[in-house]
Amino acid sequence: MPEETEVEQLEKEIEVLKQELKQKEARLQLLKSVKKQIVKHYSNHFTTDEITRYSRQMLVPAIGVAGQNALKQSNVLIVGAGGLGCPAALYLVAAGVGHLTIVDNDEVELTNLHRQILHTEADVGVPKVESALGKLSNINSNVKVNPLHLHVNSESLMGLLTKENFDVVIDCTDNVPTRYLLNDACVLKKIPLVSGSALQLEGQLTVYNYKNGPCYRCLFPVPPAPDSVTSCGDGGVVGIVPGVIGSLQALETVKIIADTSGVLNGRLLLFDGSNTTFRNVKLRNKNLDCQVCGSHPSITKLIDYEQFCGTRAHDKVINIEILSNSECMNVIQFSKVYEQAPIVIDVRPSVEYEMCHLTNSINIPYQDIEKDEHLDFLKELLAIHSGEKDVYVLCRRGNDSQRAVVKLRDQFRDSNFTFLNITGGLHSFAKQVDPAFPIY
Amino acid sequence: MSVDTLPISIGFGGGAELLFGNKKNFAISLPVQEITKWQISDLLKWIQDNLLKERPELFIQDNSVRPGILVLINDVDWELMDTINYVIQPNDEIVFISTLHGG
Repeated sequence: MPEETEVEQLEKEIEVLKQELKQKEARLQLLKSVKKQIVKHYSNHFTTDEITRYSRQMLVPAIGVAGQNALKQSNVLIVGAGGLGCPAALYLVAAGVGHLTIVDNDEVELTNLHRQILHTEADVGVPKVESALGKLSNINSNVKVNPLHLHVNSESLMGLLTKENFDVVIDCTDNVPTRYLLNDACVLKKIPLVSGSALQLEGQLTVYNYKNGPCYRCLFPVPPAPDSVTSCGDGGVVGIVPGVIGSLQALETVKIIADTSGVLNGRLLLFDGSNTTFRNVKLRNKNLDCQVCGSHPSITKLIDYEQFCGTRAHDKVINIEILSNSECMNVIQFSKVYEQAPIVIDVRPSVEYEMCHLTNSINIPYQDIEKDEHLDFLKELLAIHSGEKDVYVLCRRGNDSQRAVVKLRDQFRDSNFTFLNITGGLHSFAKQVDPAFPIY
Repeated sequence: MSVDTLPISIGFGGGAELLFGNKKNFAISLPVQEITKWQISDLLKWIQDNLLKERPELFIQDNSVRPGILVLINDVDWELMDTINYVIQPNDEIVFISTLHGG
């Protein structure tokens, strides 16, 4: 298609222009740096530009010249360049930390942009750490930013923590195994861990393993059951909420580096955006019997955290297969029949159905099916279409629809209807049949 | 304070409210006829019988709260307050927070 050719052409041209821009910016930096390099003339620690740049922050007594100098000498690790990591990195770079390493294994997606504020439309498909680097170095060229496009696991993290001397690690991740991994690694390496999380309209923040305070395992010796954990992809999140928590993670990090009092260790901050309340609660002391930070730890090196938590170390959905082939139909076959099909049941939550749906589909959320709250309605519906045979059941990715088919096939065992699961759900429909259907 | 009830407030957050009809705050009065000294363990049972709408295993396990839920008594971690044995006082605020993992 001519449009595609033009897209490719533009991408090439923009790449050339970017390189040219980079060269010109580097040249400009070099010419300007004459002033920057004036050191130890009027200040023992900072260049002329640094004094001007950080003056507003140094004027705050809790930071002062000593605090700013500590920031300049500091080395910080951020794990996760998403909703929490973006604002945290932004403020730390602006505040003038010396070295900042950012680790993330994902690429930017359109669904990220409402909250991951370092990434732009042009970055979709680009590794998040690369996209972040571009913005961060424009904000403060004094900071050495080290982008690492890799998956953190026991080996890669221990390697990194052994190679570098981090003053603070910031947990901006999105899953339980990685939270335990970061905790244990920070305990073993004696590094404070600034931990944040967010979902929907709520956020939580605390500092673990700092000045004899509790660690994550002191609070949560046993991991939660995987089905009790909700991801941003399923539960949703209002972008500003991780913005608030990520910004506060940067603040706690600055306070730790500047060695101020009042760091949030041994306490937990609960932010509820629905009524704009901050609740600050006192946490338990360090647990002397803690498996990793107690007096006689049983965990003395990193373990397999996916196994420990019984779940994968990412927030992506794991697909199930609980039906036989005879109860499934692929989206290509479905695309040939669905427009004429009288009974297409979409089992997604009603808000998702409201966002987008196939025009002739009917919404009966799986949650209702689970609780048998749909039976009368469905009986009526089937009675109206008693001449039909097939009932098509679909959802977002094809998992809940399988669970729904299992339930429905048993409930309507005595009827003539066959309940068919649409394999891969609306995601597959969008990929293989109609790209105009939104993927979210 | 009335002599035959124990007024307290209960809160749910971090997603725990989804098990309670999506309601975050409850002002309740516990009856003191049969139980005179209400402990948190009694309250957990009372919540299960009176407030819990669905999937009890996502709230209660082995006579305590399930892993991943923090219990706060007047803004203090229940570990500092003798956990399930704490004796509830009038006007206590008891909050159950599910920990978040998203980012």
